[in-house]
Amino acid sequence: MAVVRGAPAPCVGTRGCPAVTSEGFPGSIASRNAQMEATTQAIPPPTPPRSVGTDLLLLRRLLRAKDRMDAASHEAWPVRRLAEVCGVSEAHFARSFRDAFGMPPHRYLLTRRVERAAALLRDTSFSILDIALQTGWTSLGTFGRTFRDVTGESPSQLRQRTRAAAAALDLVPHCFVSAAHRPDLKMAVSEKRRMTQLNKIGLTEGEVL
Amino acid sequence: MSQVVQVVGLYVRDQDEALRFYVEKLGYEVHTDARNGDYRWLTIHHPDQPGFQLGLFRPQSPMVDARTAQALEEAVAKGAMPPLVLVVSDCRAAYHSMARKGVEFTQPPVERYGAIDASFRDPSGNGWKMVQAREG
Repeated sequence: MAVVRGAPAPCVGTRGCPAVTSEGFPGSIASRNAQMEATTQAIPPPTPPRSVGTDLLLLRRLLRAKDRMDAASHEAWPVRRLAEVCGVSEAHFARSFRDAFGMPPHRYLLTRRVERAAALLRDTSFSILDIALQTGWTSLGTFGRTFRDVTGESPSQLRQRTRAAAAALDLVPHCFVSAAHRPDLKMAVSEKRRMTQLNKIGLTEGEVL
Repeated sequence: MSQVVQVVGLYVRDQDEALRFYVEKLGYEVHTDARNGDYRWLTIHHPDQPGFQLGLFRPQSPMVDARTAQALEEAVAKGAMPPLVLVVSDCRAAYHSMARKGVEFTQPPVERYGAIDASFRDPSGNGWKMVQAREG
Protein backbone atom coordinates (compact mmCIF):
# COMPACT_ATOMS: atom_id res chain seq x y z
CA MET A 1 0.00 0.00 0.00
CA ALA A 2 1.69 3.13 -1.10
CA VAL A 3 -1.03 5.73 -0.76
CA VAL A 4 0.96 8.44 0.83
CA ARG A 5 -1.84 10.85 1.47
CA GLY A 6 -3.42 10.80 4.89
CA ALA A 7 -7.15 10.44 5.28
CA PRO A 8 -8.92 11.04 2.01
CA ALA A 9 -10.35 14.52 1.97
CA PRO A 10 -13.67 14.72 0.18
CA CYS A 11 -13.32 18.45 0.33
CA VAL A 12 -16.15 19.96 -1.54
CA GLY A 13 -17.75 23.31 -1.18
CA THR A 14 -18.07 24.25 2.42
CA ARG A 15 -18.31 20.71 3.65
CA GLY A 16 -15.87 20.14 6.43
CA CYS A 17 -14.71 23.71 6.28
CA PRO A 18 -14.87 26.01 9.23
CA ALA A 19 -17.82 28.33 8.98
CA VAL A 20 -17.25 31.23 6.68
CA THR A 21 -15.40 33.75 8.72
CA SER A 22 -16.39 37.35 8.85
CA GLU A 23 -12.90 38.34 7.86
CA GLY A 24 -14.01 39.01 4.28
CA PHE A 25 -11.98 41.65 2.59
CA PRO A 26 -12.46 44.77 4.61
CA GLY A 27 -11.14 47.83 2.91
CA SER A 28 -9.08 47.45 -0.16
CA ILE A 29 -8.23 44.06 -1.50
CA ALA A 30 -5.19 45.52 -3.10
CA SER A 31 -3.78 46.72 0.16
CA ARG A 32 -4.55 43.44 1.80
CA ASN A 33 -2.94 41.69 -1.10
CA ALA A 34 0.12 43.88 -0.76
CA GLN A 35 0.30 43.09 2.93
CA MET A 36 0.08 39.45 2.15
CA GLU A 37 2.98 39.68 -0.25
CA ALA A 38 5.02 41.73 2.14
CA THR A 39 4.51 39.01 4.71
CA THR A 40 5.54 36.43 2.20
CA GLN A 41 8.77 38.20 1.46
CA ALA A 42 9.66 38.44 5.12
CA ILE A 43 9.66 34.68 5.49
CA PRO A 44 13.14 33.15 5.32
CA PRO A 45 13.64 30.68 2.50
CA PRO A 46 12.79 27.07 3.33
CA THR A 47 15.89 25.56 4.86
CA PRO A 48 16.43 22.19 3.19
CA PRO A 49 17.20 22.15 -0.53
CA ARG A 50 14.29 20.95 -2.61
CA SER A 51 14.24 17.20 -2.63
CA VAL A 52 12.39 15.34 -5.28
CA GLY A 53 10.13 12.82 -3.57
CA THR A 54 8.86 15.01 -0.75
CA ASP A 55 8.38 17.93 -3.11
CA LEU A 56 5.87 16.04 -5.21
CA LEU A 57 3.82 15.21 -2.15
CA LEU A 58 4.03 18.79 -0.95
CA LEU A 59 2.93 20.07 -4.36
CA ARG A 60 0.03 17.65 -4.36
CA ARG A 61 -1.02 18.95 -0.97
CA LEU A 62 -0.66 22.58 -2.03
CA LEU A 63 -2.90 21.77 -4.98
CA ARG A 64 -5.57 21.00 -2.41
CA ALA A 65 -5.45 24.60 -1.17
CA LYS A 66 -5.84 25.80 -4.75
CA ASP A 67 -8.73 23.41 -5.34
CA ARG A 68 -10.48 24.63 -2.23
CA MET A 69 -10.18 28.26 -3.28
CA ASP A 70 -11.47 27.25 -6.69
CA ALA A 71 -14.48 25.55 -5.14
CA ALA A 72 -15.39 28.46 -2.89
CA SER A 73 -13.61 31.60 -4.03
CA HIS A 74 -16.30 33.77 -2.44
CA GLU A 75 -15.31 32.58 1.01
CA ALA A 76 -12.62 34.13 3.16
CA TRP A 77 -9.31 32.27 2.88
CA PRO A 78 -6.93 33.48 5.54
CA VAL A 79 -3.50 31.87 5.34
CA ARG A 80 -4.23 29.84 8.45
CA ARG A 81 -7.19 28.14 6.80
CA LEU A 82 -5.27 27.45 3.59
CA ALA A 83 -2.28 26.10 5.47
CA GLU A 84 -4.57 23.80 7.39
CA VAL A 85 -6.13 22.43 4.22
CA CYS A 86 -2.78 21.15 3.04
CA GLY A 87 -1.20 20.37 6.36
CA VAL A 88 1.64 22.86 5.94
CA SER A 89 2.79 25.34 8.56
CA GLU A 90 1.49 28.87 8.10
CA ALA A 91 5.01 30.19 7.79
CA HIS A 92 5.84 27.71 5.07
CA PHE A 93 2.57 27.93 3.18
CA ALA A 94 2.59 31.27 1.39
CA ARG A 95 6.07 30.85 -0.01
CA SER A 96 5.51 27.26 -1.02
CA PHE A 97 2.29 28.19 -2.77
CA ARG A 98 3.96 31.00 -4.65
CA ASP A 99 6.87 28.78 -5.65
CA ALA A 100 4.45 26.15 -6.94
CA PHE A 101 1.86 28.27 -8.70
CA GLY A 102 3.73 31.41 -9.60
CA MET A 103 1.69 33.85 -7.54
CA PRO A 104 0.84 34.45 -3.91
CA PRO A 105 -2.28 32.63 -2.71
CA HIS A 106 -4.41 35.72 -2.28
CA ARG A 107 -3.60 37.02 -5.70
CA TYR A 108 -4.69 33.68 -7.06
CA LEU A 109 -7.92 34.00 -5.10
CA LEU A 110 -8.43 37.43 -6.59
CA THR A 111 -8.10 36.08 -10.13
CA ARG A 112 -10.72 33.45 -9.36
CA ARG A 113 -13.11 36.02 -7.94
CA VAL A 114 -12.70 38.27 -10.93
CA GLU A 115 -13.11 35.29 -13.27
CA ARG A 116 -16.33 34.30 -11.53
CA ALA A 117 -17.65 37.82 -11.49
CA ALA A 118 -16.92 38.13 -15.20
CA ALA A 119 -18.77 34.87 -15.90
CA LEU A 120 -21.77 36.03 -13.89
CA LEU A 121 -21.76 39.38 -15.68
CA ARG A 122 -21.79 37.54 -18.97
CA ASP A 123 -24.19 34.72 -18.18
CA THR A 124 -26.73 36.21 -15.79
CA SER A 125 -28.74 39.36 -15.38
CA PHE A 126 -27.90 39.71 -11.66
CA SER A 127 -27.20 43.26 -10.62
CA ILE A 128 -23.57 44.27 -10.29
CA LEU A 129 -24.03 44.67 -6.54
CA ASP A 130 -25.39 41.11 -6.28
CA ILE A 131 -22.46 39.81 -8.27
CA ALA A 132 -19.99 41.68 -6.09
CA LEU A 133 -21.49 40.20 -2.94
CA GLN A 134 -21.75 36.72 -4.42
CA THR A 135 -18.13 36.65 -5.46
CA GLY A 136 -16.66 37.59 -2.10
CA TRP A 137 -16.46 41.37 -2.04
CA THR A 138 -17.96 43.35 0.77
CA SER A 139 -18.16 46.69 -0.99
CA LEU A 140 -19.34 47.67 -4.44
CA GLY A 141 -16.70 50.38 -4.68
CA THR A 142 -13.82 48.00 -4.03
CA PHE A 143 -15.26 45.48 -6.43
CA GLY A 144 -15.62 48.00 -9.25
CA ARG A 145 -12.17 49.45 -8.75
CA THR A 146 -10.39 46.12 -8.43
CA PHE A 147 -12.28 44.67 -11.35
CA ARG A 148 -11.24 47.57 -13.55
CA ASP A 149 -7.66 47.42 -12.33
CA VAL A 150 -7.43 43.75 -13.15
CA THR A 151 -9.37 43.50 -16.40
CA GLY A 152 -9.04 47.01 -17.77
CA GLU A 153 -12.81 47.29 -18.04
CA SER A 154 -15.56 48.22 -15.64
CA PRO A 155 -18.04 45.45 -14.78
CA SER A 156 -20.74 47.03 -16.93
CA GLN A 157 -18.40 47.49 -19.90
CA LEU A 158 -17.39 43.85 -19.71
CA ARG A 159 -21.01 42.79 -19.46
CA GLN A 160 -21.92 44.67 -22.63
CA ARG A 161 -18.93 43.46 -24.60
CA THR A 162 -19.11 39.77 -23.70
CA ARG A 163 -22.84 39.60 -24.28
CA ALA A 164 -22.34 40.93 -27.76
CA ALA A 165 -19.66 38.28 -28.45
CA ALA A 166 -21.15 35.12 -26.79
CA ALA A 167 -22.16 31.83 -28.47
CA ALA A 168 -19.74 29.47 -30.31
CA LEU A 169 -18.24 28.20 -27.05
CA ASP A 170 -21.39 26.23 -26.22
CA LEU A 171 -19.68 22.91 -26.81
CA VAL A 172 -16.78 23.45 -24.42
CA PRO A 173 -17.44 22.48 -20.79
CA HIS A 174 -18.28 25.60 -18.86
CA CYS A 175 -15.39 25.61 -16.42
CA PHE A 176 -12.74 25.41 -19.14
CA VAL A 177 -14.18 28.37 -20.97
CA SER A 178 -14.25 30.28 -17.75
CA ALA A 179 -10.69 29.29 -16.85
CA ALA A 180 -9.45 30.39 -20.24
CA HIS A 181 -10.76 33.86 -19.47
CA ARG A 182 -9.19 33.96 -16.03
CA PRO A 183 -7.27 37.19 -15.59
CA ASP A 184 -3.56 36.62 -15.93
CA LEU A 185 -2.42 38.64 -12.96
CA LYS A 186 1.35 38.80 -13.10
CA MET A 187 1.76 41.56 -10.58
CA ALA A 188 0.00 42.76 -7.47
CA VAL A 189 -3.08 44.82 -8.16
CA SER A 190 -1.53 47.81 -6.44
CA GLU A 191 1.46 47.54 -8.77
CA LYS A 192 -0.74 47.12 -11.82
CA ARG A 193 -2.72 50.20 -10.84
CA ARG A 194 0.47 52.20 -10.50
CA MET A 195 1.73 51.07 -13.90
CA THR A 196 -1.57 52.01 -15.53
CA GLN A 197 -1.34 55.47 -14.03
CA LEU A 198 2.18 55.86 -15.32
CA ASN A 199 1.07 54.83 -18.77
CA LYS A 200 -1.79 57.28 -18.69
CA ILE A 201 0.49 60.20 -18.15
CA GLY A 202 2.86 58.89 -20.79
CA LEU A 203 5.80 58.06 -18.60
CA THR A 204 7.83 54.92 -18.38
CA GLU A 205 9.12 53.43 -15.20
CA GLY A 206 12.64 54.65 -15.93
CA GLU A 207 11.64 58.26 -16.37
CA VAL A 208 9.94 58.31 -13.03
CA LEU A 209 12.95 56.95 -11.27
CA MET B 1 -12.04 2.91 -43.46
CA SER B 2 -12.34 3.78 -39.81
CA GLN B 3 -10.29 5.51 -37.22
CA VAL B 4 -10.61 5.38 -33.44
CA VAL B 5 -8.54 6.35 -30.42
CA GLN B 6 -7.19 3.24 -28.72
CA VAL B 7 -4.89 4.48 -25.96
CA VAL B 8 -4.51 7.81 -24.21
CA GLY B 9 -1.94 8.01 -21.44
CA LEU B 10 -1.91 9.82 -18.14
CA TYR B 11 1.24 10.55 -16.22
CA VAL B 12 1.02 9.25 -12.67
CA ARG B 13 3.27 9.50 -9.65
CA ASP B 14 3.13 5.84 -8.77
CA GLN B 15 1.70 3.20 -11.08
CA ASP B 16 0.58 0.83 -8.31
CA GLU B 17 -1.18 3.62 -6.47
CA ALA B 18 -2.85 4.82 -9.68
CA LEU B 19 -3.91 1.31 -10.63
CA ARG B 20 -5.54 0.77 -7.25
CA PHE B 21 -7.35 4.07 -7.56
CA TYR B 22 -8.78 3.47 -11.02
CA VAL B 23 -9.63 -0.18 -10.38
CA GLU B 24 -11.01 0.02 -6.85
CA LYS B 25 -12.70 3.38 -6.96
CA LEU B 26 -13.64 3.89 -10.62
CA GLY B 27 -14.34 0.36 -11.81
CA TYR B 28 -11.55 -0.02 -14.37
CA GLU B 29 -9.82 -3.30 -15.17
CA VAL B 30 -6.27 -3.99 -16.25
CA HIS B 31 -5.92 -4.29 -20.01
CA THR B 32 -2.17 -4.69 -20.36
CA ASP B 33 0.51 -4.78 -17.72
CA ALA B 34 3.88 -5.45 -19.29
CA ARG B 35 7.25 -4.82 -17.76
CA ASN B 36 10.64 -4.50 -19.28
CA GLY B 37 13.24 -3.82 -16.64
CA ASP B 38 12.31 -0.50 -15.09
CA TYR B 39 9.73 0.25 -17.70
CA ARG B 40 6.10 -0.70 -17.25
CA TRP B 41 3.44 -0.38 -19.92
CA LEU B 42 0.24 -0.31 -17.93
CA THR B 43 -3.16 0.30 -19.45
CA ILE B 44 -6.65 -0.08 -18.07
CA HIS B 45 -10.10 -0.06 -19.60
CA HIS B 46 -13.67 0.17 -18.39
CA PRO B 47 -16.28 -2.55 -19.05
CA ASP B 48 -18.55 0.14 -20.53
CA GLN B 49 -15.91 1.11 -23.09
CA PRO B 50 -13.70 -1.92 -23.68
CA GLY B 51 -12.08 -0.54 -26.83
CA PHE B 52 -10.55 2.45 -25.13
CA GLN B 53 -7.46 2.08 -22.96
CA LEU B 54 -6.30 4.59 -20.43
CA GLY B 55 -2.55 4.37 -19.97
CA LEU B 56 -1.07 4.91 -16.52
CA PHE B 57 2.49 5.86 -17.30
CA ARG B 58 5.41 7.35 -15.48
CA PRO B 59 7.47 10.01 -17.15
CA GLN B 60 10.76 8.12 -17.12
CA SER B 61 13.95 7.41 -18.95
CA PRO B 62 14.73 6.52 -21.61
CA MET B 63 11.68 8.34 -23.02
CA VAL B 64 12.55 11.54 -21.19
CA ASP B 65 15.61 12.67 -19.31
CA ALA B 66 15.60 12.93 -15.53
CA ARG B 67 15.06 16.68 -15.42
CA THR B 68 12.16 16.52 -17.82
CA ALA B 69 10.66 13.65 -15.85
CA GLN B 70 10.86 15.72 -12.70
CA ALA B 71 9.20 18.69 -14.41
CA LEU B 72 6.40 16.47 -15.71
CA GLU B 73 5.82 14.88 -12.33
CA GLU B 74 5.64 18.32 -10.76
CA ALA B 75 3.17 19.46 -13.40
CA VAL B 76 0.93 16.51 -12.56
CA ALA B 77 1.16 17.18 -8.82
CA LYS B 78 0.30 20.82 -9.43
CA GLY B 79 -2.80 19.85 -11.38
CA ALA B 80 -1.41 21.40 -14.56
CA MET B 81 -2.15 18.54 -16.93
CA PRO B 82 -4.88 18.90 -19.57
CA PRO B 83 -8.55 18.39 -18.79
CA LEU B 84 -10.03 14.91 -18.64
CA VAL B 85 -13.74 14.34 -19.00
CA LEU B 86 -15.63 11.30 -17.80
CA VAL B 87 -19.21 10.91 -18.96
CA VAL B 88 -21.60 9.12 -16.62
CA SER B 89 -25.32 8.39 -16.78
CA ASP B 90 -25.99 9.62 -13.24
CA CYS B 91 -23.55 12.16 -11.88
CA ARG B 92 -25.04 12.42 -8.40
CA ALA B 93 -25.14 8.67 -7.87
CA ALA B 94 -21.59 8.30 -9.15
CA TYR B 95 -20.48 11.13 -6.89
CA HIS B 96 -21.96 9.52 -3.79
CA SER B 97 -20.56 6.12 -4.53
CA MET B 98 -17.09 7.44 -5.36
CA ALA B 99 -16.99 9.83 -2.42
CA ARG B 100 -17.83 6.93 -0.14
CA LYS B 101 -14.81 5.11 -1.51
CA GLY B 102 -12.61 8.08 -0.64
CA VAL B 103 -12.26 9.80 -4.00
CA GLU B 104 -11.08 13.38 -3.52
CA PHE B 105 -13.78 15.53 -5.04
CA THR B 106 -12.93 19.14 -5.73
CA GLN B 107 -16.46 20.08 -6.71
CA PRO B 108 -19.75 18.36 -5.81
CA PRO B 109 -22.36 17.85 -8.51
CA VAL B 110 -23.63 21.14 -9.91
CA GLU B 111 -26.39 21.53 -12.44
CA ARG B 112 -25.67 23.95 -15.24
CA TYR B 113 -28.01 24.45 -18.13
CA GLY B 114 -29.57 21.02 -17.68
CA ALA B 115 -26.27 19.12 -17.48
CA ILE B 116 -24.74 18.04 -14.16
CA ASP B 117 -21.03 17.97 -13.48
CA ALA B 118 -18.65 17.30 -10.60
CA SER B 119 -14.84 17.31 -10.36
CA PHE B 120 -12.36 15.00 -8.73
CA ARG B 121 -8.65 14.27 -8.75
CA ASP B 122 -6.69 11.08 -8.85
CA PRO B 123 -3.94 10.57 -6.24
CA SER B 124 -1.30 11.97 -8.60
CA GLY B 125 -3.19 15.21 -9.22
CA ASN B 126 -4.84 14.54 -12.57
CA GLY B 127 -8.14 16.39 -12.61
CA TRP B 128 -11.31 14.86 -13.96
CA LYS B 129 -14.58 16.52 -14.80
CA MET B 130 -17.44 14.06 -14.41
CA VAL B 131 -20.34 15.02 -16.62
CA GLN B 132 -23.88 13.80 -16.94
CA ALA B 133 -25.01 15.05 -20.30
CA ARG B 134 -28.27 16.87 -20.83
CA GLU B 135 -31.07 14.57 -21.83
CA GLY B 136 -32.23 14.60 -25.43
